Amino acid sequence: MKRGRIAFQGAIHQVTQAEDGRVRLADGRLLNEADVEWLPPVVPGAVFALGLNYADHAKELAFKAPEVPLAFLKGPNTIVGHRAKTRRPADATYMHYECELAVVIGKTGYQVSKAEAMEMVAGYTVANDYAIRDYLENYYRPNLRVKNRDGCTPLGPWLVDRDDVPNPMALKLTTRVNGKTTQTGTTADMIFDIATLIEYLTSFMTLNPGDIILTGTPEGLADVKPGDVIETEVEGVCCLINTIVDDATYFAN
Amino acid sequence: MIKQHVSGTVYGVVLNDHASLRKIGSETLEAAPYKGAPKAPAMYIKPANTRVACGGTISLPAGATNVEVGATIGLVIGRAAARLNRDNALDAVAGIVLAGDLSLPHDSYYRPAIREKCFDGALPLSSVKPLVDLANLQLRTEFDGLVVEQRSLADLVRDPAQLLVDVSEFMTLAEGDVLLVGVSYQAPQAAAGSQVRISAEGVGSLNFSIAGAQK
Repeated sequence: MKRGRIAFQGAIHQVTQAEDGRVRLADGRLLNEADVEWLPPVVPGAVFALGLNYADHAKELAFKAPEVPLAFLKGPNTIVGHRAKTRRPADATYMHYECELAVVIGKTGYQVSKAEAMEMVAGYTVANDYAIRDYLENYYRPNLRVKNRDGCTPLGPWLVDRDDVPNPMALKLTTRVNGKTTQTGTTADMIFDIATLIEYLTSFMTLNPGDIILTGTPEGLADVKPGDVIETEVEGVCCLINTIVDDATYFAN
Repeated sequence: MIKQHVSGTVYGVVLNDHASLRKIGSETLEAAPYKGAPKAPAMYIKPANTRVACGGTISLPAGATNVEVGATIGLVIGRAAARLNRDNALDAVAGIVLAGDLSLPHDSYYRPAIREKCFDGALPLSSVKPLVDLANLQLRTEFDGLVVEQRSLADLVRDPAQLLVDVSEFMTLAEGDVLLVGVSYQAPQAAAGSQVRISAEGVGSLNFSIAGAQK
C-alpha cells in the first residue's frame, strides 16, 4: 500500500493512493494529487543521510569509497513534502539535487544483525537531498550549512510498504530537470546496502519508528536554477517533485 | 510555560572557544583536511536516543573504555526562530540546560562523527533552568569528586546571541530545540565507572555515571 500525509481544508489527513492515482482520504473522498498540500509521508524522527555511498558518485567527487558508512544527521527543519518550493540563495553558484531511496524504520532496534535488519524496515519513500556546495567546509563535512538548510530535503510523496518492494537493492533511480533526464543509477550500486547500514547504526545506537535513512545518490549531479522543476524518482516507490525558487519568490510577503 | 525536559532536536558546535582553537592550532586548521579555520559554526546533531536525564548511567559502546565529557550549556528555544539578529536573538531562548556532551575520542573533525557522538546516552541533560547571564558563566567538571576542567563562557568565539544569529541564518530552530554553545577540543576523558558532575554557579548541577566497560 502507498500511504501519505496531506493538509486539506484545514486538517492533516493520512491518505492512500487510489487505483487511478488519485489521493484517497479515509472517508473515501478522492482528490487530485496536484490539488493537495503534501506533507512528508512520516513525521521524521532521526534522519540519517549517507555520503559517498555509490562508487560512481564518490569517483565523481574525487573521493575514494569509504571503508565505513559516511553517515550524517539532519534536523526536521530541512524536511519538506512533495511539490514544495526549495530556495536557492542568491549567492549560491552550485546547488545540486541528489535522488535517493529513503528507508523508513518501523521498529525499535539495537544491535540488529544484518540477517534481521530488513525486519526493521516499515517501507520506502524518495528523498531529494539538495546540497549547496558553496557552503562546504571541512568540519564534520558535509556540514549543516550545506545539508541542513530549511526546506532543502524534500521527501515523499508516498511511503510504500516494505513488502510491496520485493528487491529494494535493484531499483532504478532517475532525476529529471524540466523533463530532461540528468541522473540515472540503480540501488544495486550502493556500497553499503540497507541491511548493512541498519546493522552499522544499531551497533551503537537505537533506531526507532519514524527514523529515516537516506541511502545516498549515484553520479549525475547538475546545478539547478530558480524555476527548475526537479523530479526524483525511484522505480516502484514514487516520484517526488520539487521546484527551485529564488530569494525574492521564497521570501515574498 | 516551557517543558521541564528537552523535547526537540539538539544541535551542537565545536571549536567555538579561543582555548580550543589555540589547542588544535592554526597550523592544523590551515592544513589538509581542514584547509582553513571554520567560517560558519562547525555543527553536529545529537539525536533523541542520546538524551539522558540527570542521575542516569551511560553504557559506552562495545570496545570503548573512555569518553570525552564536553561540559556545556544548551540554549532551549522557546518559539520558532529564524533569521534572528543580535538584538532579538536571546528573546527566542526560553531557558537553559547543563549538558554533558559525550564523545568517544576522535582526533579529526573532518567527517561527521556519528558513532562517536550519537551512541545511546551520549547527551546527559539537566532539567530546563531559567536563562541567566551567560557572559561570564563558569562551568566546572568533576570526575569522582576531582575537578578536571573549569571553563568560562567568556572565552566563546561566538557568544550565545551570535551563535543563534549564525545558525538561524540557514535553519529554523523550533520550540523545544536546543543549541549547545560549544565544547572543549579534547575535553577531559572519563573512564568507565566514573561519576561525573557538571556544575555552574547560579544554574545548578548535572550528575551522571559512566557504566563499567562492556565486553
